[in-house]
Amino acid sequence: MVYLTRKVEFSASHLYHNPAFSPEENRRIFGKCNNPHGHGHNYVLEVTVAGEPDPRTGMVLDLKELKDILQREILDRMDHRFLNVEVPELAGRIPTTETIAMTIWQLLQPRIHQGRLHRVRLYETPDLFVDCFGNGQ
Amino acid sequence: MKVVLHRRYRFCASHRLRQAGWTEEENLRVYGKCANPHGHGHNYVLDVAFTGPVDPATGMVTNLADLDAFVEREALAEFDHVYLNEQVPAFRSLVPTTENMCRVLFERLRAYPHARLETIGIQETAANTFEYAGETRGNE
Repeated sequence: MVYLTRKVEFSASHLYHNPAFSPEENRRIFGKCNNPHGHGHNYVLEVTVAGEPDPRTGMVLDLKELKDILQREILDRMDHRFLNVEVPELAGRIPTTETIAMTIWQLLQPRIHQGRLHRVRLYETPDLFVDCFGNGQ
Repeated sequence: MKVVLHRRYRFCASHRLRQAGWTEEENLRVYGKCANPHGHGHNYVLDVAFTGPVDPATGMVTNLADLDAFVEREALAEFDHVYLNEQVPAFRSLVPTTENMCRVLFERLRAYPHARLETIGIQETAANTFEYAGETRGNE
C-alpha cells in the first residue's frame, strides 16, 4: 500500500455561534471565536489517498485528477469565503476545524475512484489541526 | 468517521543524558555530547492528539480553552524553562531522553477528562521527532 498526500491552501473567515445558547453562553464557550463579525485563517489541507500503484502508470491515482477534484470540491467552495453563510454544507453548523474537516471528507470521499481516501488533515493554524479517518481506521 | 484533534505547544528546557549507575566513560560513549556535565537545551514542540465524538452543539471534540489550560497545568508549567534532570521529579531517576519525556507526558495527559488521548509527539529539534501512543497500542 502506498499513501499519497496532496496539499492545498485556502483562506476563509468564520465565527462560532450557536443560536440555541444565550449570548453569555456563546461568549463563554467560544470565546473570541464568537466575535460577531467573524475572523479568518489560512487553512492548509492535506489529503491522503491510499492504494496500490497501477503497474502501467506507476501511480496510485492521477495527481492532475486529484488536483482538479480539490479545486472543484473544496477551493471553489471555500476559498475566500465566509464559511458560515457561503458554504451550504456548513449552514446551521459550527464551522470548527473538526466540522470543516468532516465536511471535506464527505465531499471528497465519493469523488475518489482510484485508491481510497485515507486521511483528511486540515490545519487551521500551524498549532491546531484535525485528522479525519474513515470508519475502522 | 474518526476525528482526531491535534494541538501543538512549545517549551524550552535543558537536560543531560546520563545514567547514574554508569561510569563517566560509559555515559560519554553511549550519549556522546548529550552527556556533557553541565547539560544543554532544546526548543521542544509538543503535539498532543485527542479523539472523541464531535459535539453537534459546539462542533468540537473538546473545547480548546479547556485543553490549553489542562496542558499548561499538567505539562508546560513544569517543563518550560527548567533543567529537566533537577526540576522535574520524574527525571531524578529516569534519563530525560525525548522517548522518556513522551512516556511521562502521555501518562499525565491521558487523565484529560473531555477526550481520549491518542498520541503524544515531541519534536526535540527539526531533525528529531518522537511519537508515543501508549503501551496498549504499541504493536499497532
